[in-house]
Amino acid sequence: MDSKNDMPDGPPEFGFETRAIHAGARPDAETGARVTPIFQNTAYVFENAEHAADLFNLQTFGFIYSRLTNPTVSVLEERLANLEGGRAAVCAASGHAAQFLAMFTLLEPGDSFIASKNLYGGSITQFGHSFKRLGWTCHFVEPTPEEFQRALAEHPEAKCIFLEALANPGGLIVDLEPVAGIAHDAGIPLVVDNTLATPYLLKPFDWGADIVVHSTTKFLSGHANSMGGAVIESGKFDWAASGKFPGMTTPDPAYHGLTFFETFGDFGFTMKARAVALRDFGPAMAPMNAFLTITGIETLPLRMDRHVANAQKVAEFLEGHPAVAWVSYAGLPSSPWHTLAQKYLPKGAGSVFTFGLRGGYAAGIRCVETVELFSHLANIGDTRSLIIHPASTTHRQLTEEQQVAAGAGPDVVRLSIGLETAQDLIDDLEKALGA
Amino acid sequence: MNQPDEAPPPLHYDDALVAGVLKDVRTIAMVGASPNWVRPSNFAMKYLLGKGYTVIPINPGHAGKEIWEQAVYAELGDAPGPVDMVDVFRASKDAGGIVDRAIELKDEKGIRVIWMQLGVRDDAAAERARAAGLTVIMDRCPKIEYGRLFGELGWCGVNSGVISAKRTKR
Ligand SMILES: Cc1ncc(COP(=O)(O)O)c(C=O)c1O
Repeated sequence: MDSKNDMPDGPPEFGFETRAIHAGARPDAETGARVTPIFQNTAYVFENAEHAADLFNLQTFGFIYSRLTNPTVSVLEERLANLEGGRAAVCAASGHAAQFLAMFTLLEPGDSFIASKNLYGGSITQFGHSFKRLGWTCHFVEPTPEEFQRALAEHPEAKCIFLEALANPGGLIVDLEPVAGIAHDAGIPLVVDNTLATPYLLKPFDWGADIVVHSTTKFLSGHANSMGGAVIESGKFDWAASGKFPGMTTPDPAYHGLTFFETFGDFGFTMKARAVALRDFGPAMAPMNAFLTITGIETLPLRMDRHVANAQKVAEFLEGHPAVAWVSYAGLPSSPWHTLAQKYLPKGAGSVFTFGLRGGYAAGIRCVETVELFSHLANIGDTRSLIIHPASTTHRQLTEEQQVAAGAGPDVVRLSIGLETAQDLIDDLEKALGA
Repeated sequence: MNQPDEAPPPLHYDDALVAGVLKDVRTIAMVGASPNWVRPSNFAMKYLLGKGYTVIPINPGHAGKEIWEQAVYAELGDAPGPVDMVDVFRASKDAGGIVDRAIELKDEKGIRVIWMQLGVRDDAAAERARAAGLTVIMDRCPKIEYGRLFGELGWCGVNSGVISAKRTKR
């Protein structure tokens, strides 16, 4: 049956590629400009005093000041909400800023939450140290359904579960569906960092996640030219039924007694993240960065297909190399996460993965210093292929035990495979490994 | 925990139907309009007035007073002149009585549309209204739908679902 016949009176169902190009970006009403203009602009003229009051009271939609909303950034926000299959999004200056906006909107002083141990090293530091100074406690656990369940039994007051579905750096995949069920049974939302997969490879909302966060710095912008982040809500979490989020369901003193969930319903979380957290802490995305990220997303499906095809070839090459002890890429049948990859990431397991060198720490350092084509730097999700030795860089601040737990032990090298000719990447690594 | 036990299936309305209603109606009787400016009904009323609709607030507790300079009436039958649409800003359990009153007044007032707010739903009442020839929309907010369909909601990052290469008309 034609899928359109399933929904006789539904809106036309456009494909992902179409939405990656068009969502949120109708031609400009005034000028007809086809490409989204860069509104490199701080403030917006009111029609009159009453219009100004309505805007400040959130009684009408419109622009006041670019710390809150900007017409270029809002195109990116709508596009991300659309591509994730969510209700609404708010962008931020970086992925870390987005995580802060999400958590500030969820948590009260003294609250705790549960997070996967397998996160980007910077997130472990943000949650474990900097958040602690704000009075928020993070309980880190092995990211399996059993461990999340056990942690919730031990910490029933926890306000959310946070995880990276496809984790940085280890190529690990979390079994999202049961974890979402565990969170919902406890009346709390599941927050997923979907940076490594992007909505092209994985849509966490389809598996029950309630909030998605992104570092748009990576694959979404895709060309390593713009910092950025986003928080997206599914619109399906019932804050009132949960009873655990008075900040969403009781009058908010930070907004003249407005009750966000009652007033804005299924985009109340995003409105609060914007009108309180973004307004008061200020990590707004720059319009120029939004423009570059919008442009990047237009080719996201094409790029991700090539990223995963190249990653698969490089991973297979490494697995057969005598200097390599192991390769952790969920696209390989040897990976313990291969079965989960087939369920959650049928189009490919991303292009960030790690491998271990038989020669340990010294061999890792030698490898990153010998490659010609791979750029030795701390980033992922570039058109260019990237290499790093986490133990001496991104995960340096962690103890060796934490490094190993995060999949970043002393022998580990992390790759982010770019869009170059796959054979050139293989040749470059072959030289470096033989050195 | 997230879903109430017997949640009815979510409602779907064609964008063209909702846009048609919003373009067609001019006078809206808002039953349950509140004078308190942090209440959602007050927000919606202010917004709809700003878009050029005539909004008649109906609220027995405030009859004879004004909300946003519009006279408040105690009940639907007191509203002066024609009413194109009745917007129900009351709990679902109270919706049925308001719908039945609107059906009674349909010819006298020229009522064509019953709109129940976000979170307000009474399937049996909707059936009665449809049988009486009225158009019914439930569990939606006219302010949010107006913003969504006419390009304003995306300004605060909401997914409008609208995909088009045509210039927006303001
Ligand atoms: C999975 C993941 N989440 C969050 C971040 C932080 O994003 P940003 O650097 O944009 O603050 C990163 C950065 O590497 C990341 O890889």
